Formats: sequence, C-alpha cells, structure tokens
Amino acid sequence: MKNYFEIKNLKVDYRTYEGDQNTLDIEHLVLEKGKCFGLVGESGAGKSVLAQTILGILSTPPGVIKSGEILFNGEDLLAKSEGKLRKIRGKKISMIFQDPMSTLNPVFTVGTQITRVIRQNQRVNKKEAIKRAIEKIELVNMPDAEDILDCYPHELSGGQRQRIIIAIALSCDAELLIADEPTRNLDVTIQAGILKLIARLQKELNVTVLFIANNLGLVSATCDHLAMLHEGKIIEMGTTKEVLHNPHHPYTKAYIEAIPKDAEHSIHLEQIAKGTAAPVNSTGCANISLCLEKEEQCHQLVPPLKPIVGTHFVACHRVHGK
Amino acid sequence: MNETLLQVSALTKHFPILAGFFSRPVAWVKAVDNVNFEVHQGETLGIVGESGCGKTTLVNVLLNLIEPTAGQVIFDGIDLFGCFKKELRELRQHLQIVFQDPFWSLNPRWLVKDIIAEPLDVHLKLKPAELIKRVEELLDMVGLPKDSVYKSPHEFSGGQRQRIAIARALALNPKLLVLDEPTSAIDIFSQAQILALLKDLKKRLNLTYILISHDLSVVHHMSDKIMVMYLGEVVEYGPGDDIFNRPTHPYTKALLSAIPDINTDSLDDISELEGAVPSAINPPKGCRFNTRCSEVMDICSEKKPVASDIGCGHTANCHLL
Repeated sequence: MKNYFEIKNLKVDYRTYEGDQNTLDIEHLVLEKGKCFGLVGESGAGKSVLAQTILGILSTPPGVIKSGEILFNGEDLLAKSEGKLRKIRGKKISMIFQDPMSTLNPVFTVGTQITRVIRQNQRVNKKEAIKRAIEKIELVNMPDAEDILDCYPHELSGGQRQRIIIAIALSCDAELLIADEPTRNLDVTIQAGILKLIARLQKELNVTVLFIANNLGLVSATCDHLAMLHEGKIIEMGTTKEVLHNPHHPYTKAYIEAIPKDAEHSIHLEQIAKGTAAPVNSTGCANISLCLEKEEQCHQLVPPLKPIVGTHFVACHRVHGK
Repeated sequence: MNETLLQVSALTKHFPILAGFFSRPVAWVKAVDNVNFEVHQGETLGIVGESGCGKTTLVNVLLNLIEPTAGQVIFDGIDLFGCFKKELRELRQHLQIVFQDPFWSLNPRWLVKDIIAEPLDVHLKLKPAELIKRVEELLDMVGLPKDSVYKSPHEFSGGQRQRIAIARALALNPKLLVLDEPTSAIDIFSQAQILALLKDLKKRLNLTYILISHDLSVVHHMSDKIMVMYLGEVVEYGPGDDIFNRPTHPYTKALLSAIPDINTDSLDDISELEGAVPSAINPPKGCRFNTRCSEVMDICSEKKPVASDIGCGHTANCHLL
C-alpha cells in the first residue's frame, strides 16, 4: 500500500559563513491520512524549516535542499515545478502560521482576504466566492459570518483572528493542514477552543494535520502520533502514549522533566546540564551536550532511528530493541 | 509569620479616553479596580489572568511607573505615592523588575557591563574598578562567565539574556523583585534553568517576588500565594497549592481545566471558556465574570460579590459561597 504522505532521506542545509549547517535530516516520516501528527522540539530544532520545505516556501538561499523526497499521494513535491506547486499549495496542502496577530493583512477586510484565496485556487465568480467564504466562516464556529466579512483584522480578537486564519487555510478544502504552533500568543481559555476546533475539523473533513508545537501538553491532547525533533533529527517517534508515558531517549525524558510542576517539584538540572548547541557538522549524537548517559560511541556515531516496540522508534545508542 | 513588605489597599487605575477639541475624557478604561493584597517578606506572589485583565497595569502602579487613580501602596512602611521624591529615589532601589522579553529589554548597542552597571551608576556612584568588580560578582550570581562583561546582548541566547536582565535587577540588592512573564519568550530548557536560578536566588538573598505569568504551571511551581485576576479585579486569592487543589471561583476552575498536560489523553478532558473578555470600558454590572460564567445566577448581574473566606487564608469573590 502506498503511504499518503511520506518523507524519505530529507536533508536540508543552511549556508552560513562557517560552512553548511545541517538543519534538517529526516530519514523517514509517514503521516497517515486523517490522523493528527505532532512534531515537538525547541526553537531551532527545525520544525518550521520542515513545514516550509513541505510547502516549497523555504527561502533558498540560505536554505539548500540537499537530497530527499517528499511524497504526497505518491508524487514527489520536491521534484515539482513552482507552477505545479502553486496548484497544490492552498488546495491540497495548507498552513496555519504561528502568530494570528501578524498573519492577516491589516489593510484588507477579512472578506477580501478569504475570497482572494478562493478565487486564486478555484474558478468561481465573486458572488460564489463570497458564498463559500461565509460557509467557511460558519464552519469555524463564528456567528454573524456576513458581518465578519466586512471587518478589518484589528476589529477581531486574537482567537477570532486565528479562526479566520483556519477558515482561510481550509477555504479550498485542503487535505493536509500544517499547523505551526497555532495557539502561541493566545490565552489558555481561547487556546482550548482553537484546539477543539482543529480536532473537530480534522474528524469532520477527514483532514490530516501536522501539528507543530513546543508544548507537550498540547500534543498529548490533540495528536495520535508524535515525533521529537532535536537539532534537525527525529530522536524519538511513536504513538503519543508510547512516547509521553514511556519515553526512552534521554532528551525526551529531560523535555518532560523540564515542565514545571507544583512547588515541591524541583527540576533536575543535572539532566539539563548547560545545553550549548553542537558545533557545525559535528559527528556523533546531536544530544551529546545535554546527555548524562553518553558513552564512547556517542561521540563518533550518529545513532540510527531503531524500532523498540511496534511503532515506537528511538535514536539512541543506549536503547536497544527487544 | 514574616513581616509585611508590601501592602496594597483599594488600588484603582482608570485610564481616560480623550476625545474632541479640548481632549476631554469621554470614557474610562477600568484597568485595575479596587485591588487589595499583602505580600510578606520572603514570599512569592503569583498573579494569573488572561491578557487584558490588568496584570501589567497593576505592576506598573506598584513600581510607581504610573500614578494610580485611587488607593494606597505601602512598601516597607512608606507610602509610595505620598512620600518625597528623595525618599522615592531611595525606595526605587528596593523595587526592581525583570521584563518579559529579553530581546527587547536589553539595549543592543550597550555592552553587558553598561547594562548591568546602569542602576549602580544612577544610585551609587561607584569607582570604575569597584563597578567592574560588582558587575562580575552579579554575573557570577546568575551563572554567567566573567568574560561576558565586554560582550553585547546579541552574543547571548534567550535564556542567557534573561540572566543578564536578572543581574541588572539584582544590582542594587532589592527587597522586592517583580517578574513580568520572565520565561514566556524562551525555550523550555532555558525556562527550567531560569526558574531554578530564581528559586535559588530567592533563598540566598532573601528576596520577595511578585510573579506575573499566563503559564499556570510556572506560577504553581514558583508561588507561595496566588492571586487570580479577571477584568481588573481579584476573583480569587490564596495559598498556591490550595488554589490548585481547591479552586472555588468558576473563573479559576475554567482557567485550570483549560490547560492540557502530558496526561491529557483527549480534548474532551479540557474545557474552553465561551465568549471573549468584555471591554474594560463598560465592564458588566455586578460580578464582572457573569457574562461568561457557567453557574450564573440572577444576583450576579445585580450585586458585586465580596471576598468570602473559605479557610487557610483562601478567599474568593463569588455569590455561590
């Protein structure tokens, strides 16, 4: 059976004055249709670079796609021309960007911005586009859709703006939605609403979601599968339960440990010993500077992503499969 | 019980909305309304609330950066708004703040030495050699190497910059440190390190903190007491663990049940709060939360609830009690 969405041996470098820096190195990643896949990592781990590479909006230079394939419905996105990609972007694959405050254009009304996307991708007249825009606004649970079309972004609250952005992303019935930290800069009470909206749309419209986050709580609540990204490499991958309740990689363990809990909880800092970024193109495990359990071979060999049990994969020399 | 360091009574700050040729106030934004609380020496008070609930206005008033409309702030026995300028200058040494975003709060054209030495320059007039010695001491205190003295802010990561901001705030041996979302702009590992550093400094230097954050887990981790604010008013106040184990006000309950953690398996376990925060220009009559409350009664839109004690110094402003 062909996979719905698959990434194979993707390598992305960034050109810097100190040489090419390996920003993304993903051996294999599969998204199942209609599921929510979480991608977790610190800032600088390569989460957004991956999202941009999938959509073909990575700025080159400084980015360079060295090798690899991104297969979407069996077709390689990286081999497609810009013209063909434009037909996929927005129609098939769409993205919600992180900051709802700055994603919308402040000088156009919401209606203009939604209908523009619809008319760009579908051959419809203005009236039909407005009709569809209203449908989409109702889809994201906003009352008075017709009035909202005439609003400027500044007239809406952060949560409302994010709903509009989701409406725009889904305005042409995209199948794959990349949500890049969709609830960053939103209050917790509004965050819950946005998460539920994304989850509902995913089920109703059978959309596949790639959910990018740096908060494990969000991923735990929304995603079926998750991958931990560190220094551009996937270091642990599996179902959300497997990874969060039975983490194997020292980095994942430290990440969970670093979430503050009640007042008695003291974060074990030895585990998060001074984390400095690994030097450009260093050999060995990417986690070397943070790891407490490192061995001789960790310095020399990059650990491969090995299956532990079933769908649970870990990249660590010290963890062995059964 | 330790002595009271900061006492705030009936503190109110309304901002005028000016309009017309003569710029007359046509309406008032009620940013902070009748807030009362005390902070004891060596305690950490956490302030929680949605954006726009008046947290930042409150600390700006506490630090005497803006004048309040009414009310009193007594710091260390001296009225902050009734004292002489000279006294206030003296007091400011003991009231310091760490801002939210270390990418904005440090001047990119200054060296670390200048940034940390600025408060020392203003207040103490030290000799250059003493100044450098003190700066190095402060850097050591926040866990940065001594050779950082002649570096610029851009050479540091987010977490390290926040350390510089903390060093600057500690330069004059303050008694009270206000932390305005100290970790919201930095990564999870840096956050863990900064929180541990703050806890350690508090013990070593006998500091008192007022911590503002929208991240409830950070507040729970750090605070002895927690104050929950909604639309300029305090809705619940009490010991940290008590608030988390026994939330009483519907707003606090809603806030706590809205955060997913790693044990949340499905979105059904978290609940969203319907509607948006009403405008602070015309806040709802009676209880300000009545427009979004799930347990709203008739009395809620008529009478303002008063703080009722529910034991262990835990109070909530709700008609249900």
